Amino acid sequence: MASKPVEQLSQVIVRFAGDSGDGMQLTGSQFTSETALLGNDISTLPDFPAEIRAPAGSLPGVSGFQLHFADHDILTPGDAPNVLVAMNPAALKTNVKDLPKGGTLIVDADAFKDRNLQKAGYAANPLEDGSLEEYQVHAVPLTTLTVGALKDVEGVTSREAERSKNMFALGLMSWLYGRPIEPTIEFLNAKFAAKRPEIAEANIKALQAGFAFGETTETFAVTYEIKPAKLEPGTYRNITGNQALSMGLVAASKLSGLPLFLGAYPITPASAILEELAGYKHFGVRTFQAEDEIAAAGAAVGAAFGGMLGITTSAGPGVVLKAETIGLAIQLELPLVICDIQRAGPSTGMPTKPEQGDLLMVLFGRNGESPVPVIAASSPSDCFDAAIEACRIALKYRTPVYLLSDAYLANGSEPWLLPDVDQLPDISTTFATEANGEDGTFLPYLRDEQTLARPWALPGTKGLEHRIGGLEKADRTGNISYDPENHDLMTRLRAQKVAGIASDVPELEVDDPDGDAKVLVLGWGGTFGPIAAGVRRARKNGRPVAHAHLRYLNPFPRNTGDVLRRYEKVLIPEMNLGQLLKLVRAEFLVDAVGYNRVRGVPLRASEVAEAIEAMVDQ
Amino acid sequence: MSTMKDFKTDQEVRWCPGCGDYAILAAMQSFMPELGIERENTVFVSGIGCAARFPYYMNTYGMHSIHGRAPAIATGLATSRPDLSVWVVTGDGDALSIGGNHLIHALRRNVNIKILLFNNKIYGLTKGQYSPTSELGKVTKSTPMGSLDWPFNPLSLAIGAEATFVARAIDTDKSGMTDVLRAAAAHRGAAFVEIFQNCPIFNDDAWDFVRDDKEGVNRIALRDGEPILWGADHEKGLRQRADGSIEVCAASDPDVLVHNASHPTPSLAFALSRVTQERDNGTPVGVFRNVERPVYDDLMSEQLATAVEKRGSGDLAALLHSGETWTIS
Repeated sequence: MASKPVEQLSQVIVRFAGDSGDGMQLTGSQFTSETALLGNDISTLPDFPAEIRAPAGSLPGVSGFQLHFADHDILTPGDAPNVLVAMNPAALKTNVKDLPKGGTLIVDADAFKDRNLQKAGYAANPLEDGSLEEYQVHAVPLTTLTVGALKDVEGVTSREAERSKNMFALGLMSWLYGRPIEPTIEFLNAKFAAKRPEIAEANIKALQAGFAFGETTETFAVTYEIKPAKLEPGTYRNITGNQALSMGLVAASKLSGLPLFLGAYPITPASAILEELAGYKHFGVRTFQAEDEIAAAGAAVGAAFGGMLGITTSAGPGVVLKAETIGLAIQLELPLVICDIQRAGPSTGMPTKPEQGDLLMVLFGRNGESPVPVIAASSPSDCFDAAIEACRIALKYRTPVYLLSDAYLANGSEPWLLPDVDQLPDISTTFATEANGEDGTFLPYLRDEQTLARPWALPGTKGLEHRIGGLEKADRTGNISYDPENHDLMTRLRAQKVAGIASDVPELEVDDPDGDAKVLVLGWGGTFGPIAAGVRRARKNGRPVAHAHLRYLNPFPRNTGDVLRRYEKVLIPEMNLGQLLKLVRAEFLVDAVGYNRVRGVPLRASEVAEAIEAMVDQ
Repeated sequence: MSTMKDFKTDQEVRWCPGCGDYAILAAMQSFMPELGIERENTVFVSGIGCAARFPYYMNTYGMHSIHGRAPAIATGLATSRPDLSVWVVTGDGDALSIGGNHLIHALRRNVNIKILLFNNKIYGLTKGQYSPTSELGKVTKSTPMGSLDWPFNPLSLAIGAEATFVARAIDTDKSGMTDVLRAAAAHRGAAFVEIFQNCPIFNDDAWDFVRDDKEGVNRIALRDGEPILWGADHEKGLRQRADGSIEVCAASDPDVLVHNASHPTPSLAFALSRVTQERDNGTPVGVFRNVERPVYDDLMSEQLATAVEKRGSGDLAALLHSGETWTIS
């Protein structure tokens, strides 16, 4: 179709940036859908402010979406864009510093007017003052072209016509990188055709006009092609972490045979899980939007008492409120999964930005000796498997389990090789149906010898009536007990039960292709992509290095100490000030070193590589 | 058919001698069999406080949870298990102070739970601090110069939250309390019952004006459909002023109010809840409000059924493959 010369590229990183009202998230996700269908590997990073619509044209109102796509497998959304699309001066100002010299810059020339320039803090128009000389600048009057293309569409206000400029930009970018626009046309029809067909028509016309503009204008001399990536055979879909986590919970419900009950209170960046699960009522999923975070957790505990798969989801400021309820679940020894979609803290912090700051809170942020297993997902699609695993452990060991994700995994997306449903693990559990005591009594705290889990007897089961509660329990009977020896015993039993899970999870695997590395990089959770990419780079630069990534933070895999002691040096990159580092040093007496950044953005692969190389070269 | 004995546990009851909780427990244990609900289908959930020990003494399923959160926990249980009879036992500090938020939300949602609030106007388990129902100026360990807090009227609060069933009973009045509990159990939806309960240690005699009132001088018995008459010789009545508030009148007054617990708006019940010993030298007891409204648990079950009807029972493989997919061979 393209009549211009086609240049081959192996990978491109595009960033769309504009005002919060400019539809940049939609533009980015549609470009992602088009790209996914071409079979490229993809990784995306939406980056938006917590404010829904900060004043138009202002710096805090800028919303961005970065997309990395390639003809080979990639691990991150990319450190820096090759192409920046900036819809106004504020978007240019906040993003251009990330664009390397020589990078491509596409701007809406119409938006570079006095008032917008002033709002962004530009004294002079950067399109005219030579400050952008080092970039390949394409100043396209996107707004004028869009409005011109829509002049014949009836029933659309001039403001609505202007707002279609994001689709013009998408059309232009689709042409530039040879993406098909048909999926977006279908999407627009499905979204608007029923209620406002004229809006669908306007957006589609703008999209097509942008595509045609690319072909005819002299601004762009070439078009690019990125061949499909050689990914593992199978069926794929693009998925965000929150979607994958939601589907994982639904899968866990099916695999366990227990109906899912979600108690949640809206909070960024976890709300999408509540919204997603609310759409799965035909799976028997009950979603309860509670009056607060505490009630959300409490209702999930109540549902678990009744035999449901009890789940509660939140982010740091909400999780901290749930602490007392989680302590109750520890004492009750009932299954519960708490999903903490971590965001930058403390307090309200930066609600839309990722951080790994909650690890020590979920491990230790409760009164008393109160051990909880902790699992962390490592990529958007891994949230699916991590959710199933968290439910498996909760059900098998009758314990609350923390599942950690973060704002990057939650909103970021990647292609997901869809699993064969029949190959998913069986996580079914059993309920107590008859008395287990010698004299026909029911002993709610008589433990399974192997797992130390207690029986789960549901209300409605005749003859097993019993009372449980937050007060210390007598061993076996579960009656209230203040006996000193009993409390010591029960405290140790609860700790042993959680520690024993180590024998039920896989050993920590090490990626050390040549086996000659002296340095080990140890990560956990959502930093997998940048760390693995950094490791690749360091190896390419001639530095042998091993990489291990923890999914289980409590208990650690049983071989963790052996792995750590096998290497001369251990580097632990984290998006916090060294929380895993502290645990590793305390637990294994290993003199590990941290690489820590808390900027509210994912670690950069290039920086991780530099840190590795510096350590190898020491 | 179960008996009172079946509802007793082997646990030693650990309330103070003379505590009003004993009478409530006895009334509950003797009343449960007549409900015809099997023990195993009954669950008592409580928070923290003296009243919260209640579940340990009922031989049903039970959970003694955390301070103030029982309505939230019971909401999760009742919503996922509509087959159960779920009761919440709470106190004035548990329900109205630390758990105030959960209480009003459970009531407005109309979750099918029965909430019994043992009100003794004091913190007992923490040994005698003033509670959210203690009167202004109350001298306690934490208020040596008198409380500065204006108290909650629990019934006004519940009615303000548009609870569909609101009633009041007295710990020592076994037959009156049983009538109220029977009506609460029969109500589908959230039922809120305030029980005047005496704490002999930290706030003794707080309710003497109605507890000891055998002659009915101070009790105003509410009977649905009957004129509200009271006093030693039933010489007094209640009537509504033009502004909707309620005042005391003579029994012969032509405007004596006929009690209507199922009045569609909560205003009448609210006005009745403002009739107090302090203001009117009389205290209404019985069922203030009893109306039907869609029940949260039922609505949720209906939505699940509708979703299955419309979309078929959820298929996991289909879910994973929903949206745009592509295949690499």
